[in-house]
Amino acid sequence: MWLMYLNVFLVGGLICMIGQILLIKTNITSSRILVLFVVIGAILEALGLYEPIVNFAGAGALVPITGFGRSLAKGAVDAIKTQGFLGVFTGGLTATAGGIAAAVIFAYLFALIFNSRTKKY
Amino acid sequence: MDDKELHEKYNAYVQAKIPKTKNFPSLFYSYLVGGLICMLGQGISDTLLAIFPSMTKDAASAWMLIGLIFLASFLTGLGVYDRIGVFAGAGSIVPITGFSNSIASPAIEYKKEGIIFGLCVKMFSVAGPVIVNGLAVSIIVGIIYMFL
Repeated sequence: MWLMYLNVFLVGGLICMIGQILLIKTNITSSRILVLFVVIGAILEALGLYEPIVNFAGAGALVPITGFGRSLAKGAVDAIKTQGFLGVFTGGLTATAGGIAAAVIFAYLFALIFNSRTKKY
Repeated sequence: MDDKELHEKYNAYVQAKIPKTKNFPSLFYSYLVGGLICMLGQGISDTLLAIFPSMTKDAASAWMLIGLIFLASFLTGLGVYDRIGVFAGAGSIVPITGFSNSIASPAIEYKKEGIIFGLCVKMFSVAGPVIVNGLAVSIIVGIIYMFL
């Protein structure tokens, strides 16, 4: 069980460090990194390569944004099994609805509560 | 001085002014912070499974992601998350907390331009492309799966 936490740290950290290498080497913007990683996650899941990483590293593969792409692809494939062709359209967003809804509503809530501050650094 | 020479001089000036990221410390910190955020996620998910034995693993992961998203938007509101981002770089961008931060940060920033046209519109300036491209790929994956 505690060994699992080592796997989580190693894999999760590695995925983040790949992002950092891209940031340093290519001057890519952070929003492009997010887009790139989501697309990579979805493609790896479709090829069946992401599931072994999830089994090995748990949250280390689910928390990075590649896990979001994985949910989108997995959701579409799972929904096709139960709903047929309609699943192509409903599956991806259904699987990620929790994350998107939470991100939107908490951002809305905290944006109403907090004001932007001048950056000091 | 002709145009070409001027452009070259300007490019050299820009290159000199771009903030340089120090390679090795930033790689180390991105690994450390990214790994710690993932470990926190694993901790939340394991705790939930211990408290609610009837919960499925998928539900625990979903709650874990919602929890991390809540935490990240809260820390963004307090202005703490941006400070972590200064030294952690991609370590704070790549985890789902970075996605949450990318929605909360412009929402707070543009509140002064109004609720609808400021907050609600700018909220998706980074997350929009992520959702659009992710959804497009998931539909392509679904169609390919359908016909294979």
